[in-house]
Amino acid sequence: MSAEVTLENVWIRFGDFVAARAVDINIRQGEFFSFLGPSGCGKTTLLRAVSGFLSPSEGRVLIGGKDMAGIGPNKRPTALIFQNLALFPLMTVWENITFALEVRGVSAARRRKRADELLELIALPGQGEKMVDELSGGQRQRVAIARALAAEPGVLLLDEPLSALDLKLRQHMRTELRDIQQRVGITFIYITHDQGEALTMSDNVAVMREGVIEQVADGNTIYDRPATAFVASFVGENNLLRGTVSAVSRAAVTVDTGLGAIRARAADSGGKGSLAVGDDAYVFIRPESLKFDEEKKMDNNISAQIHQQEFEGSFWQVFFSIKGSERKLKLSMVNDGSAMSHQPGQRVTLGFAPELAVATPAGPLAAE
Amino acid sequence: MIAALREAVVRGGLLTRIGLALFAACFFVYLFGPLVLMGITAFNSSAFPRVSPWECFSVEWFEVLRNDQTLVEGLRNSVFIGIGVVALAVPIGLAGALMLMQINQRVRPWYYTVVISPILVPGVVLGISTLVFWDRVGIMFNASHETFFYNGFFLTIVGQATFISAYSMLVFISRLQRFDPALEEAALDLGATHVQTFRKVLLPFLKPAIASAAVLAFLASFENYNTTVFTIVSESTLTTVLASKVRYGINPSISALAVIIVVVTLLGAAVFEVVKRREQKAARESEKVARGEVPARARRKPLLLDPAMFLILAVFVAGLGTVYFAGTVGVEECKAAVKEEKQRVAQERVRKLQQQRMFQRAAPVAGEGEGEGGSAPAAPQAQREDSSGFESIFAPQNLKEQVESGPPAAGTESFQGIFAPENLESQSGAGQ
Repeated sequence: MSAEVTLENVWIRFGDFVAARAVDINIRQGEFFSFLGPSGCGKTTLLRAVSGFLSPSEGRVLIGGKDMAGIGPNKRPTALIFQNLALFPLMTVWENITFALEVRGVSAARRRKRADELLELIALPGQGEKMVDELSGGQRQRVAIARALAAEPGVLLLDEPLSALDLKLRQHMRTELRDIQQRVGITFIYITHDQGEALTMSDNVAVMREGVIEQVADGNTIYDRPATAFVASFVGENNLLRGTVSAVSRAAVTVDTGLGAIRARAADSGGKGSLAVGDDAYVFIRPESLKFDEEKKMDNNISAQIHQQEFEGSFWQVFFSIKGSERKLKLSMVNDGSAMSHQPGQRVTLGFAPELAVATPAGPLAAE
Repeated sequence: MIAALREAVVRGGLLTRIGLALFAACFFVYLFGPLVLMGITAFNSSAFPRVSPWECFSVEWFEVLRNDQTLVEGLRNSVFIGIGVVALAVPIGLAGALMLMQINQRVRPWYYTVVISPILVPGVVLGISTLVFWDRVGIMFNASHETFFYNGFFLTIVGQATFISAYSMLVFISRLQRFDPALEEAALDLGATHVQTFRKVLLPFLKPAIASAAVLAFLASFENYNTTVFTIVSESTLTTVLASKVRYGINPSISALAVIIVVVTLLGAAVFEVVKRREQKAARESEKVARGEVPARARRKPLLLDPAMFLILAVFVAGLGTVYFAGTVGVEECKAAVKEEKQRVAQERVRKLQQQRMFQRAAPVAGEGEGEGGSAPAAPQAQREDSSGFESIFAPQNLKEQVESGPPAAGTESFQGIFAPENLESQSGAGQ
């Protein structure tokens, strides 16, 4: 039975330290929802509040519409997949998988049957008699998922479960996780600091910084329309230009950056204070939105000097130095077979469309 | 440092190597010499525990040990108290260790110091304070002296458990430090109650530690003397019996007991080693399985079918059989021969004494003494070493044996006065 999860004005404090600040989130039933943020941003703390290992200092956690205050982790319809998996080392694979049934007093015969079904689901048929340490990393991962699913939870919570795997396996497990979620149809809440994981798997992503939810949206929106400077700098690569707002129209703002006036789309900050004339603002342009524009056909133009070029197979990465900034601008373009005609040191004019640039209020950025 | 030592051995000259070998030999002799010597004395039929003079290889002292009621009772009490201490100290130690893992970081060092302090307190103090404390409690409840407040078993178990539970706590702490708390959370998260989590996750993990703590607690209780001597009141344990025996005269049955304890310990250590190696082997195998190098095998063979285990048992049984056979067959004949030889030597000595006195009194009668000396070399076959026959002259019990002419095993009490000088005097008087 899939369940929805609602966090209402949740605050979590440890002494003076605030791990979660006025978190309001509604996770729909059957949704694949991710919390994305750098380590130490409080995402694991929120997960523990949902699973019941700690109670919020303030606010409510509702699962399936029921307030979870005073309900312990063993009474909640949640199952947690731990970062280190926490498989029971002294039990066989099938005993691990059916632990949740064992503590409910289900007979051994019925547990064996259920274990076989789940082993089938995670594509490890006939491996039930093995000990956990006889499995490879990816297999353990799947056993942990099966063990959590055996409890028939309404919500599956995953705490960076792929972080211990190597890159290839991680990418494979992403698709597999998504597959399993669609097959079982329950709500998944996924914690990660890896934006690739969050963006590829999730229906919705919440980006967190220092206990605050910066933006909740689907992956496309997060990438294309970041709400804050932090989201824009944390998710994907972005070129940053600093400036002051000189004009505001309905859909666009003009920012004076010292490289000329730049028109950009105003970030949708969700009513948390939008840009006004005279505000400090950041303009973010994705490397793939930046083009060579010697004829100045585009609305925004910057002059720059080529610093360095890198060939990455399917892409060219070109770095530019610009006036008044230590940061290099980065342009990436598809390698369509045409040879690069530019040389380092060459002066060029770059252009980009205003709707592909985002202006946000100046604010904290993600650590490089 | 060990590496440096190894370097010195490899690089160093012959002299260094000889020096090190000598040092190692001294070290091992120092460590095990007393044990080996004591073990040997258990099989010497001589009534006093000694290696030389060697009389007869015999297992009679094991028989004496078995028939020594005070010792057997002390042993029984020690085992009983040991079990009681295990039953009390292991749960207390486990609770203490669990508590340590859960309390606040800041309080932890204080707590640790408090619970570990019984180990640092001298056992004598623990013994006396246990006695005094329960006496006070008994008085508080107006209890008579037949109640458990004054019972030696109760007091000893309680008294020993005060510090032995701290020992077992240390065992549990070291194991718990390797416990992943996420396992406990995982169990709770999957719907287990706290009791189920403890029983199904934590307890199986602690099983080896429980076994070690129990063994440690039992041994610590078994060999304890300085606390027990106060708390045991009117009862006795093996250690208190042994202590009183040493005070009032000793015979090789004590060595026999030592042999039994050493053999049991060695056997236990060997079995433990076999079990450990099996586990390591199993761990290596499962790693290989995980890497996909070998297919998973069915369950392991039972322990008793393990070749190493079988070998240990075979050696033990064979050794036991050999010793028993050698120690019982032909012992009487050997002892009779030894006794005969002793009597002969003693008579010769008496005769020499008489001759001396005769010389002193008056005219020396030449030739008689020489004649006697000439007949002496007809040594009996049972005498294994020439020197032993003469050394035994100075052993006072020889003289006594001669007088009483009883078998040496007959009564241990009869040897208690061995060192009393009047025995010697009366003997030589009788010889005259």
